[in-house]
Amino acid sequence: MDWITTVDHKKIAILYLWAGGIFFGIGGLEAILIRIQLIKPMNTFLDAQTFNELITMHGTTMIFLGVMPVIFALMNAVIPLQIGARDVAFPFLNALGFWTFLFGGILLNLSWVMGGAPDAGWTSYTPLSSTGYSPTHGVDFYTIGLQIAGLGTLIGGINFLATIITMRAPGMSFMRMPMFAWTTFITSAIILFAFPAITVGLVLLTFDRILDANFFNVAGGGNPVLWQHIFWIFGHPEVYILILPAFGVISEVIPTFSRKRLFGYSSMVFATILIAFLGFMVWAHHMFTTGLGPVANALFSVSTMLIAVPTGIKIFNWLFTMWGGQVRFTTPNLFAAGFIPTFTMGGVTGVMLASAPADFQFHDTYFVVAHFHYVIVGGLVLGLFAGLHYWWPKMFGRMLSEKLGKWTFWTFIIGFHLTFFVQHFLGLMGMQRRVFTYLPNQQFDLLNLVSTIGAMLMGVGMMIFLTNIFLTSRRPADAADDPWEDGRTLEWTIPSPPPEYNFKQTPLVRGLDAFWKEKMAGHKAMTPSEPVGSIHMPSATILPFLMSVGIFIAGLGFMFSRDEFSSSVMSFLFNNYIVTALGLLITFGSMLMRSLFDDPGWHIEPEELEGR
Amino acid sequence: MTTAHAEAANGTLPHEPEKATLEGRNKVLAFWLFLGGEAVLFGTLFATFLALRNQTNEGPSANELFHLPLVAAATFLLLVSSLTSVFAIQAMHRGRVTMLRNWLLVTVLLGLCFLVLEIYEFSVYIRHEEFGMTTSAFSSAFYTLVGFHGAHVAFGILWISVLIGQLMHKGLTVVTAPKIYVSAMYWHFIDVVWVFIFTVVYLLGKVG
Repeated sequence: MDWITTVDHKKIAILYLWAGGIFFGIGGLEAILIRIQLIKPMNTFLDAQTFNELITMHGTTMIFLGVMPVIFALMNAVIPLQIGARDVAFPFLNALGFWTFLFGGILLNLSWVMGGAPDAGWTSYTPLSSTGYSPTHGVDFYTIGLQIAGLGTLIGGINFLATIITMRAPGMSFMRMPMFAWTTFITSAIILFAFPAITVGLVLLTFDRILDANFFNVAGGGNPVLWQHIFWIFGHPEVYILILPAFGVISEVIPTFSRKRLFGYSSMVFATILIAFLGFMVWAHHMFTTGLGPVANALFSVSTMLIAVPTGIKIFNWLFTMWGGQVRFTTPNLFAAGFIPTFTMGGVTGVMLASAPADFQFHDTYFVVAHFHYVIVGGLVLGLFAGLHYWWPKMFGRMLSEKLGKWTFWTFIIGFHLTFFVQHFLGLMGMQRRVFTYLPNQQFDLLNLVSTIGAMLMGVGMMIFLTNIFLTSRRPADAADDPWEDGRTLEWTIPSPPPEYNFKQTPLVRGLDAFWKEKMAGHKAMTPSEPVGSIHMPSATILPFLMSVGIFIAGLGFMFSRDEFSSSVMSFLFNNYIVTALGLLITFGSMLMRSLFDDPGWHIEPEELEGR
Repeated sequence: MTTAHAEAANGTLPHEPEKATLEGRNKVLAFWLFLGGEAVLFGTLFATFLALRNQTNEGPSANELFHLPLVAAATFLLLVSSLTSVFAIQAMHRGRVTMLRNWLLVTVLLGLCFLVLEIYEFSVYIRHEEFGMTTSAFSSAFYTLVGFHGAHVAFGILWISVLIGQLMHKGLTVVTAPKIYVSAMYWHFIDVVWVFIFTVVYLLGKVG
């Protein structure tokens, strides 16, 4: 109950971590099933329909329900601490964002047991995703589930933007802000300007499927390429929504374990901004083969290649940070160091794909699959591992085992390269993606076997990580405030795990890497910027949960509104939009309650602060 | 000027009560950000409409369909409602609660009239012109874009009505003031979007 009503950003972070972790596990199982099917030619382990559902759900789950919540978990756990704030700007909305994400994710995954999962690929290209080719409710689960989950992401993005703009500790100018806070800020800005586009895209597709509208239906005058434009004007920035937080994590971990300040801090900041800007300019490089014409292809080709410049700046800055530093290869730093070459390889194939004429050869082959897995798994997931190992003691007050952590790293990264390195060659030899099997004796057999073995090894790495978490959770909480001993930023100045008010006194920031600066000046703690006083806290509330339940019910009601049911009661409830109305009533009723009854919150008094 | 305002605000409320607390400032800032997202939302809908506006699929075209005097009347109502919401905020800054309530009521009323005209317009199209959601890509794009705006107006009416109730119940405080201020921002945004709809959908439909 405590967890359902919480508005504390640190608890919401743990909720995000758990929910994201479970969805990540589901997406991982789907990946393993895909790889088992592809272990040998003409395999009959899965049929084509199930394979289509698995690849669709694997991509959708991993991106929207797996890695994004884990990113949000890290942001929620760390950002208010790093900027010296007592909470986020809108604790209520923070909880609402989590619950809408969770119920959207549950709705999407209900499709497995409610008559067929979506089967049109994670990009849901029309007309493949229209009722003609995808007659089950699968794609409806996709459109409505993602709509609800996307709402949560948008709320989270706005919340972080407001938090970072207004709630930084005194003295923390933008150019003194830790890199992870910077990347969170820019990521949130991308979310704000990219997610509304997919909101519209999903609405249009829903209307096409449920209300027989004609947006993508050629017979009615619609245009399928329109979907691709809308999808990728969101979808390409989404790539940077995923990778920028990983860049932020790496930029925190490497300086800490090199005992040096981040090389080229201001160039890192501007590279981040530039990447975000260019991210919006390059969506049509996903559509070179749609027939946009040579001028459009050339422009999008060049603008895509430009992104390599700020990304290269980042890579070199990390290398220069390590150069001459007292580098310690703890588990987080191992993951960070592994990230650099792996992500660079993904970037190089990205430049190859950005060349429009070459893309006509690479398009829809395993080369593309290898490329984006190098970026997203070899980049983002390694970054998340680095971040989780790094901040675990701060979040839970317990150090993860270094020994198991190193085992996790080596099995995962070896498994990763085994799985995806060979896929570059499979793609160049002509193996198509999204096809459920292949013929023997095309030189695909051995490399596919290697790839599947690699995937199993990555699974083993995940199991070791889970074992590490399980064993750690059974030990008493013993992490020091600054468990890595070389912490540079504000989160390491307070106890692990932090008290619910974070900072007893808001610290005064006197430079970049505020805590490190104080340590170098011989101080043990931050100078406070205010006297000890009464701290105002927001009250816990069930309303965010109820609002999300309402949207969930409304979504289900709308999805089945045109179905024929064997029971007349069900037909009455669904076909007259009664279920939909009921769901919306719960949501709007909760909003009304929130509006009418102000939350006065509660106070933690100074005596209590001293008592702990 | 400022002192006159402060006196008018019966001495208890600051001149700009919506920005008096951190919560209030956060609310206003976050709402600006939210409107940025809304701009992308409507931008995508406009792009969709522009891409599909000539795809009539042998159904009625914009030129045959639209009746400008009716739309002009609706436009007038909505533009005036934006002005009255400005009066409401001015009244709030002067601390005149009754005047604030009255101007908000006028705003809501004008919004309602606009909505009635829009519903009437849609019903004429559907009944007499056989122009429904499923007729053509143009019709789908038209109803989605204009309907999304209409839904925003409807939500705004409900929202401001609740705020009027709250204002009567709790009075003007540093908690209620940011809410009223933000709802006025929302109402202006709806108005701006309508100016684009009037130009891109209706005027361009008649002459383009």
